[in-house]
Amino acid sequence: MARLTIDRVSKNFGNYRALDTVSMEVRDGEFLAVLGPSGCGKTTLLRQVAGFDQVDDGEIRIGDTVVSDTRRHVPPEHRRVGIVFQSYALWPHMSVFDNVAYGLKVAGVKDPERTRRVKEALTLVGLETFAERRPGLLSGGQRQRVALARCLVTEPSLVLLDEPLANLDVHLRAAMEDEFARFHERTATTMIYITHDQAEAMALADRIAVMDRGRLLQLATPSDLFRQPANETVARFIGEGMVLPVEVGAADSEGRCQGRIQGLEVSLRASPLQKAGHAKVCLRARDLAIAGPGEAGLGAHIVRTVYQGGFFRLEASLVRAPDVTVHLEVPEPFHHGPGDIVDIAVHDGWVLPATTES
Amino acid sequence: MSGSAAKAMRGGDLTLLWGLVVLVAILSILPLARLVIEGIAPGGAVSSGVIGSVLSDPTTWTAVRNSLVTTLGGTVLAVVIGSIVACFVALTDMRARNAFVFCFVLPLMIAPQVTALAWLQVTGPSSALLKMLGLAPPLGTRNPLYSAEGIILLLGIQYAPLVFLTLRAGLRALPKELIEAGLAAGAGKLTVLRTIILPLMTPPLVAGIALCFVSSLGNFGIPAFLGIPANYLVLPTLIYQRLAGLGPGVLSEVAVLSTLIGVIAMAGIILQDVMLRRRDFRITTTSTAARPFELRGWRLPSEILLWGLVLLILVVPLAGLLATSLVPSYGVPLNAATATFENYDYVMFDHAGSRRAFANSFGLSAAAALVIVVVSVPLAYFLVWRRSRMLRLLNLAAELPYALPGVVLAIAAILIFLKPLPVLGISLYNTIWIIFFCYVARFLVLGLRPVASGYHQLDRTLEEAAQVAGAGLIRRLVTIILPLVAPAATAGALLVFLTAFNELTVSALLWSSGNETLGVVVFSFEQGGDSTYAAALAVLTVIVTLALMLSTLLFARKLPQGVLPWRD
Repeated sequence: MARLTIDRVSKNFGNYRALDTVSMEVRDGEFLAVLGPSGCGKTTLLRQVAGFDQVDDGEIRIGDTVVSDTRRHVPPEHRRVGIVFQSYALWPHMSVFDNVAYGLKVAGVKDPERTRRVKEALTLVGLETFAERRPGLLSGGQRQRVALARCLVTEPSLVLLDEPLANLDVHLRAAMEDEFARFHERTATTMIYITHDQAEAMALADRIAVMDRGRLLQLATPSDLFRQPANETVARFIGEGMVLPVEVGAADSEGRCQGRIQGLEVSLRASPLQKAGHAKVCLRARDLAIAGPGEAGLGAHIVRTVYQGGFFRLEASLVRAPDVTVHLEVPEPFHHGPGDIVDIAVHDGWVLPATTES
Repeated sequence: MSGSAAKAMRGGDLTLLWGLVVLVAILSILPLARLVIEGIAPGGAVSSGVIGSVLSDPTTWTAVRNSLVTTLGGTVLAVVIGSIVACFVALTDMRARNAFVFCFVLPLMIAPQVTALAWLQVTGPSSALLKMLGLAPPLGTRNPLYSAEGIILLLGIQYAPLVFLTLRAGLRALPKELIEAGLAAGAGKLTVLRTIILPLMTPPLVAGIALCFVSSLGNFGIPAFLGIPANYLVLPTLIYQRLAGLGPGVLSEVAVLSTLIGVIAMAGIILQDVMLRRRDFRITTTSTAARPFELRGWRLPSEILLWGLVLLILVVPLAGLLATSLVPSYGVPLNAATATFENYDYVMFDHAGSRRAFANSFGLSAAAALVIVVVSVPLAYFLVWRRSRMLRLLNLAAELPYALPGVVLAIAAILIFLKPLPVLGISLYNTIWIIFFCYVARFLVLGLRPVASGYHQLDRTLEEAAQVAGAGLIRRLVTIILPLVAPAATAGALLVFLTAFNELTVSALLWSSGNETLGVVVFSFEQGGDSTYAAALAVLTVIVTLALMLSTLLFARKLPQGVLPWRD
């Protein structure tokens, strides 16, 4: 087990900048999810950490050892990292036992210790009775477990998981999610989990690194990511946030401030350093509601209502700014439809800190 | 990506890669360089004397003209037969496709000299088959195959499968939407074929034509059997006669002739490249293969016609060969009273030369197949998974000895090995090892291609998983990659074995007493007038070839499509 330091790492493929000065620090024993849409650079990042490619700039350290910089490159076979591949990459010509034993054999671990450790690893994933099977005869979830056992049997300092649930069907995913969480608890291995599914990342990770177009946008706990997104892209990507322009006053030391959205006075959360002026605010669906009697709200035309069981999802465009649409959940019964005008109250919101991000 | 991939290689990996680079350079670049040097500086001194005398000799230009006539004629015939058959097999709902493809491609796997010998047994006054049927022309009639037309006919039949194979591969990759869009626009099937399918098939067709041209140009067996008796010489047979008649003293002269044939071959390859560069043939969509056209009422007649073709180009000549191999002496008609196995007895047990040739050909082919697979597995690893500019050049270099006519490589090998090897002081000339060198150099690409397509089918993460488990390159190659590409490697080894086993062009120029190959012995039997022995030996090689081809059907399911030419 070890911590992982990624320090200003860049990687180009021809003219395409796949990683742009990415820095992050993964703590010893931490479960970190790297989240982003496809093509955001998360798999490239994993391949740099594993050592399949050489970085163009920056430095990667596992524990205190530099494994990658512009001059040094420790090949993957000497990094002591474990990987669970999206395709599982189980060797079809070997039994489950031989798949798991391979890393030990390579490391020169002799029987009976080798057999003992393979059996332990298989027991840990609940596959002790499947040792003699060929991987081709296993179900998707079982293959996943074999891949996990194979990766953990050598006690790697760091485990990389590349979208490990992407190939499983929905109900199996939930079960495997639990399994990963328990697994991490028991082994306390440092894990880096690559995914494009934010629900998965939120459920599993201690912290989440959000990436887009080769850059790290924010690295924070799931709750901070949701409540205090660092910029507009994260705000929109995580939890379908709405970003609206706002006039704010300076924040107090608790991080509260007054703001005015399309003429509506609202109380918002902000960084204590927030200055007065133009800004943008991130609103969540749960921050909005149909204004009660006597409550002030934003006048809006209903565009669409979708019944989602017990409540409606309502999409509306603001009367004062028709190009701004908001969405919120409204409990049953609700008798308005498209074209009607409603008042929408704003109960909370997060003022996005000023950044240089375009 | 290539730059960093190359940088990411270390120590052991680099040693292996450079070992392969040196090996391929010795097998392909060294011989050709040596040949070119001999042309410029014969015997070590720069002079244009030999070039001048060869190029001013009218025999040279007669041979060039004959080569071009037979090559172009043979290519046209091969294209006509090959493309018609490819359209039927790939586009229509004809039945028994697998069996048909196997039979149609078979002539490609049978040695050209055996094809020539077999056809000679069907025509001409001494044909045992014709005599049996009472159709033989009167004695003294000249066998009509001893002519330019005969050579063209046989080249066309021999290489029609080449055009068929490249075109079929192209037709398979044709997305069905393109055809369906044409049909939906109201075009009839034949209009779609003429206006959509055939224009899109230009690249594979041109590639097939080029392959056919180069193979016909380099063919030795057919013009040797049909042209030499009529004194109709093409470049390979001219080189053979010069060298056989006058010995290594004329090396500089034949080096110039070999370079000439190499230049003509290269011109064909370059012309292909130029033709394809002029227009954009890229297919933009990908999709499943097209649904076959229903022949309906035309199905049975078409099938009868196609199987008739197989009867004509495969069954009839092989029957002629078999008939000749069973008669006690050439010219005797075959019937229950005359049929005998004496010829087989003689070539298998009595004749020392043909007994040796069996051992030599088996040994050479098996050893070449083994060495080529051992080289191909790591070589294809770098070519497919560690792409870089240098590796692309390496791939090109590996293709060269097979792309150029066999005589070119053979003459180059004589030039390299005539003098004892530097440092070691051993001479390979007049030993079996010079033939072995040429086989490995020439057929490397035959083993390499199937192994490379095996790699293309493989999920690279299987190797990466072994890498993170701590396994070094050699261990990964042996424990992970080799078992996974084994079926493709076996197919490659078989292709090498079959081709080497039926080989004549190289060994005709390089054999020495005690080091004969089967091709050489069949050739010398026929030249000495012992057609019955030649036929018996040829039948045996056909049986071995057929048996090995059929054996591959046992594991064909595990192979990437297109690796075995004779499987649909």
